[in-house]
Amino acid sequence: MNLNLRKGSNPRLRIASLVLFIAIWQLAAIVVERQLLPGPQQVFFSIVDHLGQGELIFHLSTTLARVVVSFICAMALGVALGIVMGRNRNWDAALDGMLVLALNLPALVTIILCYLWFGLGEFAAILAVAINKFPVVVVNMREGARAVDQDLLQVAKAFRLDWRKRWFRVYLPQLYPYLLASARSGLALVWKIVLVVELLGRSNGVGFQLGIYFQFFDITSILAYSFAFIAVVMAIEYLLITPLDRRLMRWRS
Amino acid sequence: MALLNMIEIDVSSKTYHRDDDRSELVVLRNIRFSVEPGQFCCIVGPSGCGKTSLLNMISGIDEDFSGSVVIDGGAPSAGPPPGYMFQSSRLLPWLRVRENVELVTEATDARARVAGLLNEIGLEDFVDAYPGQLSGGMRRRVALARAIVNEPSLLLLDEPFLSLDTPVANRLRRLLIDVCARRSSTVLFVTHDLREALYLADRLLFISSRPGEIVLDQLVDIPRPRIPEGEDIELLRLELLRKNPQLLSGLLETDENDYQK
Repeated sequence: MNLNLRKGSNPRLRIASLVLFIAIWQLAAIVVERQLLPGPQQVFFSIVDHLGQGELIFHLSTTLARVVVSFICAMALGVALGIVMGRNRNWDAALDGMLVLALNLPALVTIILCYLWFGLGEFAAILAVAINKFPVVVVNMREGARAVDQDLLQVAKAFRLDWRKRWFRVYLPQLYPYLLASARSGLALVWKIVLVVELLGRSNGVGFQLGIYFQFFDITSILAYSFAFIAVVMAIEYLLITPLDRRLMRWRS
Repeated sequence: MALLNMIEIDVSSKTYHRDDDRSELVVLRNIRFSVEPGQFCCIVGPSGCGKTSLLNMISGIDEDFSGSVVIDGGAPSAGPPPGYMFQSSRLLPWLRVRENVELVTEATDARARVAGLLNEIGLEDFVDAYPGQLSGGMRRRVALARAIVNEPSLLLLDEPFLSLDTPVANRLRRLLIDVCARRSSTVLFVTHDLREALYLADRLLFISSRPGEIVLDQLVDIPRPRIPEGEDIELLRLELLRKNPQLLSGLLETDENDYQK
């Protein structure tokens, strides 16, 4: 998810398109049967209602916790392995086949297998999400590690920089663009998979709630929960990743 | 204080292998010389003759060659870090000018020292700029500052003043001479500008075109301080070229190429 808040992007156009979207939605809601497509107003009041009952916050935070933990696990593992594979041809050759396998493994299969092998618990849920995300991080970071500028590493070597400077001032900054791209795409992927994991095997969280509303044919609540969670993810992007991006990449402007 | 950095070079060959491992390129062959501590030694030769490879070996970056480079009795990478100015500036684009220079120094007064040095090379207004905001010439000056900030006892400079305008280059040359004199640094200075070499050096080493071999080892006994473009420099230059016509083919061609750039 990329909010694309670049300098020079026209905020009026942004708001206009949003208003247009809501207008079309409203029109469609009038045309279509009310039960099938509730209007924006109804969804908004539904969010307020669920918030008032307190259960929305509970499920949102449960899901968010799962997103955060599995995201961190997938990133840590993926970054480490990606750098190793990007730097070392032998490791790359040895693990590339497995990586292709992991990339093509359907999310549903990992989820089901994790639940079967480790039981319907939190560990299996987190593991399933992390396994789905981490190959993508590996591919991204491997690309980054391959693109590292050898000339700059030679500078570090010639001046005998200690490992801390070598790593944090010379090596890692070259990987920041790849890290940020991984984080962005990762966040988007992880929360979607977390919902499926919750639907299939947990008894709380947004995914679990969506399952219940599916059974009750409660489209208003489904949309209310979806928008609430999208808002949370956008807030993470806007309040965390974008400022981080600006800070790390400020030398480019 | 004991003078440091006696350099002994005995390289039978330096070869680059292409990726496919089938073809190879010999850039240096039978390079044997030693540099006295405190000597300012200019290495002159045409493009592609392996001058940069030689500096890489002496700096300890490149250990893949047949032969040996010994500094004060040990491997180059075992000694104190040299000040190395690469042919391209090789600044870290995500660090500010000040940070780029501070990166390589552990001095307790690093900040003040770097500020003073940047002032001396005329970059006091760009201390907080990123390298991407500087001109090519300014970046080279930052790279020079990075090389000399520790006043290293061994300085390796790869065509440091190429493409700078003459007044700036001359100012930096004087600065370099000062720094070297202060610390009695041993210097290996790569150039293919013979006038520059005669202005700076105690000794000239001419390397032939690839595969590079030493074709002339010449002491420069012009008294210091010297004047750039001075008469004695010009006389020695003409004498060298007259006595060693083989230098003309390699050297002057590259000189002319430079002027065309």
